[in-house]
Amino acid sequence: MKEEEVNFQNEQFNLTMIPGKFARAMRTCKIWQFIRFIVINIKMLIVVSKSH
Amino acid sequence: MSRIIVMGGGVSGHTAATFAKKWLGKEHEVVVVTPNSQWNWIPSNIWVGVGQMTKKDVVFPLEPVYKKAGIDYRQALAVSIHPNGSADNDAPYIIIESTKEDTKGQTEVLTYDYLINATGPKLNFDATPGLGNGQGQLGEHTVSVCTAEHAVHANDELKKVFEKAKAGERQKLLVGTGHGMCTCQGAAFEYIFNIEHEARKAGIRDMLDIKWISNESFLGDFGMGGLHMKVGGYTVSSKLFAESLYAERNVPWIIGAHVNKIESGKIHYELLDGSMGEEEFDFSMLIPPFAGVGLKAYDKDGSDMTDTLFAPNGFMKVDAKYDAGAYENWKASDWPRTYQNPSFGNIFACGIAFAPPHLISKPMSSPNGTPINPTPPRTGMPAGIIGKAVAHSVCDMVKNGENAHLHEASMAEMGAACVASAGKGIFDGSAAAMTVYPVVPDFEKYPGTGRDTDYTFGEIGLAGHWIKHILHHMFIYKAKLKPGWTLIPE
Repeated sequence: MKEEEVNFQNEQFNLTMIPGKFARAMRTCKIWQFIRFIVINIKMLIVVSKSH
Repeated sequence: MSRIIVMGGGVSGHTAATFAKKWLGKEHEVVVVTPNSQWNWIPSNIWVGVGQMTKKDVVFPLEPVYKKAGIDYRQALAVSIHPNGSADNDAPYIIIESTKEDTKGQTEVLTYDYLINATGPKLNFDATPGLGNGQGQLGEHTVSVCTAEHAVHANDELKKVFEKAKAGERQKLLVGTGHGMCTCQGAAFEYIFNIEHEARKAGIRDMLDIKWISNESFLGDFGMGGLHMKVGGYTVSSKLFAESLYAERNVPWIIGAHVNKIESGKIHYELLDGSMGEEEFDFSMLIPPFAGVGLKAYDKDGSDMTDTLFAPNGFMKVDAKYDAGAYENWKASDWPRTYQNPSFGNIFACGIAFAPPHLISKPMSSPNGTPINPTPPRTGMPAGIIGKAVAHSVCDMVKNGENAHLHEASMAEMGAACVASAGKGIFDGSAAAMTVYPVVPDFEKYPGTGRDTDYTFGEIGLAGHWIKHILHHMFIYKAKLKPGWTLIPE
């Protein structure tokens, strides 16, 4: 059974969003996450530099 | 020679003291007064609380670090401030009480030219009956991850629950905030997902009912009134982002809750709609509310002038607008810029020790009149940046006189990065990495969201998890003042 079919059974969870297979795969895809690692670091460094 | 006393050796105090000493050199004296013998990288206490790190991974002794830096370190508790001196001497001073084993309880007078209050919070466990032990310490019914010792205890208790679950006994876990006026929801948020992750790893997730309880009026408030962030090309509310995280991990929630009593295995709470509820648990980690550490202030004649220096909640008054009034009148400019005490120009407060002008989240209370809203977070990156700005101001005053330009670090012009990571392995884990800019929303500049959505974003994945690992090692390296420490940003 798909994750959303399991999670949306709980009424409290029914109005939010549940990631699908692709979104979950990208979260652990090492190549994609390495790219995101660079991007997030750059963004964080900009936030840090704007804060000092 | 001037003497600068820094009260407190946490993120903000340690930053202020080490930069002050670096900038002032041997010509001036920097003294750190802190009751702790060890420095603790608090964000990693979460990993100690689930057994993925030990206490020694997150602490180190302060004495050798301060000795190397040339900082006079006193392991003691600051008891009182005497900003006008005594009847015999105009020199301002503080009274400290030793917490070292061999001199415990002995008091000492330390005069100062400049005083930086970075005492952090008092963990006010006793604000909720049953959360504390009646003597200001953690009670017997719940656990905490606020200190490294607490986190070790939390892990011991968690292990027992996991063992019972492995033996086939269904267990109820409750994590969140232990009072209607708590802050630091992020720590509890990270802890609950670490427990969930470890339970999956251990193959017992289906034997655990894990539930969240907090004083936030909506999930994702985080004491900042929530935020709108860039996620996957959309600008979405942190409410949707947080609810998705909880739903995906099958963690239901109770929100808008003021926990008003804790018994063995049961909490009692009041909700924003005025209704009362109870929840049973086998294991519970509840963050306590914060208060000022209870410093007193006295005038020359010995009369109490605590009200002059401190707000009623025990935090120190600084250059904030404390009379902003109702929520509708709140502005970003209410927030302090220099952290100088308005009555005494040689006293500053940084980190959690300064009194915020008001909440960031919308104030709320139940029909019974119980305030239930998160208080403003002032930990981590803002605490470090403020500590550095204050040190800069003090150093300039020492060198150029009391009219020197003061450095500014308003939380309404400052961002923060937050990484809530579950798991410990390099490829076995996931994190919600978030940045927010600015911490205090500025609706005059950003009328829709209050924040710059180019720099307010959230993302889930391994990348954030790697960042969390790097932050752990980088900030401990920096705090130990190892070569190049000043190059690492706060």
